[in-house]
Amino acid sequence: MATLTGEGASAAPVLTLRGISKHFGAVSALTDVDLQVFPGEVVALVGDNGAGKSTLVKILAGVHPHDSGTMIFDSQEVIVRSPTESIDLGIATVFQDLALCDNLDVVGNLFLGQELRPIRLDEVAMEVKAWELLRQLSAKIPSVRTLVASLSGGQRQTVAIARSLLGSPKLILLDEPTAALGVAQTAEVLNLIERLRENGLAVILITHNMDDVLAVADRVAVLRLGKNNGVFNVADASKESIIAAITGATDNVVSQREATRPIKVETRSK
Amino acid sequence: MSTLTPTDHQDERLRIDKGFSGMLKASVDRIRGGDLGLLPVFIGLVVISIIFQSLNPFFLSSANLSNMLMEATPVGILALGIVMVLLVGEIDLSVGSVSGLSAAIFGINFVDNGWPLALAIVTAIASGSIIGWVFGQIYNRVGVPSFVITLAGLLGFLGLQLFVLGPKGTINIPFDSPLVWFGQLAFVPTPVAYALVSFVVVLQIVLGLSRSRSRKIAGLSVESLTAIVAKALGLGILLGFAVWYLGLARGIGWMFVLFVLLAVIGNYALTRTQWGRSVFAVGGNREAARRAGINVRRVYTSTFIITSTLAAVGGLLAAGRLAASAQSSGGGDVNLNAIAAAVIGGTSLFGGRGSAFAAVLGIIVIQAISSGLTLMNLDSSIRYMVTGAVVLIAVSLDAFARKSRSSHGRG
Ligand SMILES: Nc1ncnc2c1ncn2[C@@H]1O[C@H](COP(=O)(O)OP(=O)(O)O)[C@@H](O)[C@H]1O
Ligand SMILES: [Mg+2]
Repeated sequence: MATLTGEGASAAPVLTLRGISKHFGAVSALTDVDLQVFPGEVVALVGDNGAGKSTLVKILAGVHPHDSGTMIFDSQEVIVRSPTESIDLGIATVFQDLALCDNLDVVGNLFLGQELRPIRLDEVAMEVKAWELLRQLSAKIPSVRTLVASLSGGQRQTVAIARSLLGSPKLILLDEPTAALGVAQTAEVLNLIERLRENGLAVILITHNMDDVLAVADRVAVLRLGKNNGVFNVADASKESIIAAITGATDNVVSQREATRPIKVETRSK
Repeated sequence: MSTLTPTDHQDERLRIDKGFSGMLKASVDRIRGGDLGLLPVFIGLVVISIIFQSLNPFFLSSANLSNMLMEATPVGILALGIVMVLLVGEIDLSVGSVSGLSAAIFGINFVDNGWPLALAIVTAIASGSIIGWVFGQIYNRVGVPSFVITLAGLLGFLGLQLFVLGPKGTINIPFDSPLVWFGQLAFVPTPVAYALVSFVVVLQIVLGLSRSRSRKIAGLSVESLTAIVAKALGLGILLGFAVWYLGLARGIGWMFVLFVLLAVIGNYALTRTQWGRSVFAVGGNREAARRAGINVRRVYTSTFIITSTLAAVGGLLAAGRLAASAQSSGGGDVNLNAIAAAVIGGTSLFGGRGSAFAAVLGIIVIQAISSGLTLMNLDSSIRYMVTGAVVLIAVSLDAFARKSRSSHGRG
């Protein structure tokens, strides 16, 4: 069981979340969630469906505000009220639903909101940059002038990932980025994540694939039913212990503590 | 894969369409996939021309066509505004009333209050902009659907128009005023028109070449020189023929030139600026646009402002054409013709698809039908029914194309 702060404790964390809570009506999607991410670190955020992973990503991306808790970004306490504020802070997000515009072409989607030369669009430079980004991801997209609507699921996902690399983000949030990708493309994305880490960026990766987690993540943060359920250093944690924390089996400290409380029945039944 | 292959042609699955047959093949593919563009409206125009010409040989005469373009312009400018608001997936039902109000404000200030022409014009247009801003604020802050807001506007501003005009009901604008001259008598002298056409051709070639050059430097595929020149000359011949033919009568009105100029500016803004990109994005997927950091509210407000402002401009031109601001200005079928023109021109009612030129072609279709039926001495009862049928066809085409797009994976 690792500490919440991880090993890169010498540098200041890029992001610190303390006691983040969010509810939708009667549903508590997140309760008192803590998380810390350091520069040059990949944190895998794992948990069962409905654990609140996407909700946490959306809070960081400014899609919806959190109800309580504090967010510290780059040593500053921040309140992210809108996607624009999140982008301006240096947070780039690949959403689970991709958030692409079907009626725009690949270039249009990649540069959406960050077009070059606003009053006389520099289509040539944008197209060149688009090819560069897509090549970096070994994307198999025949033409960047096709509408995104006509791309396959994997191609769409690649476009969404490529978009997050534009600009110079400090923190990249990837919400199940490889769910629709083939074997080779998944490997490319994992390579990319490693390159991002080498460049000192912080990455939060959400995925259900334990092998991917063990391959690229430095630490694993587990969410269960909207609550922290352990943080593991990948170097000294077993796959079984992480899976146990995800499913709620009782062999880790947090669930043992939970097990002593009366709400046990509630946490067990899902 | 040689290094000489342009970056965007390197994928081996990509069919590279070369030459004229390639161009043709590519457009056939596009249309099959449900990307109809301006094709239906062109076909519609040809069909309408054939029908009415066979019924009355005066239909395609220089004099009738020349007049038709003038007649089409004021409502066409309203339609241009409708295109903008449809692109973000909203609607403005009040453009007719706003155009009438603008005419009334101009009439009162220019004729009754004796204001200078420019000031009266600016005031009338600004009133339109303010109305659009108010629509935007209500839409963004209260969240009422644009359909309802502008339906209220339709009634409210009609009332305000009647109030401004007062008990007289009609303000005649002196025949010697520049606005009336512009609306009725200002035609482009034929030599000037030819000069304009040549200018357009040269500009097309120059822009095409400079585009090709920068794409080539960047290692992207380029359009061949012959294709650029052929397209520009093709356009030139088309425009040149129009100038010659219309020149047999009174020629092309400056008012229509202004309309086309506004459409060209609109097209530039929609396709070559960040603002235009965000308009399409908001119309295509509002939430995706918001998450990309686009200020969605500002996009809505700006489009509502543009739509109402263009409505005010159209109202002024209509007043000039009529030489009066009347209670009926902007009433009747003006509103629906403007919306119909935008839709007939291929602007999707579902948002995110369309072009500024849709307004020009769409209003010409509407005006052609109206003119043809008038020549046959048929009254407005038939005209309304025929226009209604054409709108229904256009909307069905839109829905049909949308289905075809999704079955061809083009969303
Ligand atoms: N916009 C929303 N409105 C209501 N409930 C929501 C909304 N978004 C998420 N939820 C609820 O919050 C919980 C967590 O969802 P989510 O964050 O998407 O889970 P995960 O991504 O971990 O699978 C779920 O119970 C889900 O139903
Ligand atoms: Mg999720």
